[in-house]
Amino acid sequence: MSDLLTFHFDVDGDDFTSAGQASVQIKKNLRQLGISPDTIRRVSIAMYEGEINMVIHAGGGEADVSVSEDQVIIVLKDQGPGIPNIEQAMQEGFSTAPDAIRSLGFGAGMGLPNMKRYTDFMNIESEVGKGTTITMKVNI
Amino acid sequence: MTVNDLLKVEGFSSVVLCEADREIQGVYIGDLLSWVMGRAKSGDAWITIMSNVNTLAVATLADTSCIILAEGVSLDEGVKETAQAKGINVISTPLSSYSAALKLYSVLKL
Repeated sequence: MSDLLTFHFDVDGDDFTSAGQASVQIKKNLRQLGISPDTIRRVSIAMYEGEINMVIHAGGGEADVSVSEDQVIIVLKDQGPGIPNIEQAMQEGFSTAPDAIRSLGFGAGMGLPNMKRYTDFMNIESEVGKGTTITMKVNI
Repeated sequence: MTVNDLLKVEGFSSVVLCEADREIQGVYIGDLLSWVMGRAKSGDAWITIMSNVNTLAVATLADTSCIILAEGVSLDEGVKETAQAKGINVISTPLSSYSAALKLYSVLKL
């Protein structure tokens, strides 16, 4: 596809306070492209949750977003500890986040369920000890 | 009612005011950021006691009209600067979330 727009971000794993920069940037980029507010909202929420997950659990990672005529594809890749039980991780309220993270208002076990809720497609590939790659698609 | 109008109501004071004309279209209360991000609507005034920098990111993504810090919660100087840079309205009130919501209900006429 010649009209595919791509964006790449490195998500810094050391700095929890800067998490969200990639999703805020994507929000701006999509707005400039004239994408509808509802789609932008869904993309940026799903991406922010993914970013936060990478910072909390995986020491950071990479985010790639591509925009075509009919969909936005987000790929989040990390070399973290992996998810041993994806089905369990997908349950609302299930969380392995440490207390320090909870005191910041995260770690409620809503991250992955929110990502699924706000996208039209989500796939998780994860290997314990190797890392996790999440692919999400939002139809425009 | 705009954010600026709300600041004229007793008990609400400005911490960071970037977009005073922003219309308050509803109210959402919550402290779990993921929950708020998924549920708050664009234009809502968001009442919370969370005042870290991630609160600002959630306000940006959910596109709330303002953050209302309840119970007299304050913002650290660094967070305040970030709010300014991101253009986020932050209001403070000594009221509890519940009392703040009641007051908003009476003045917003939603």
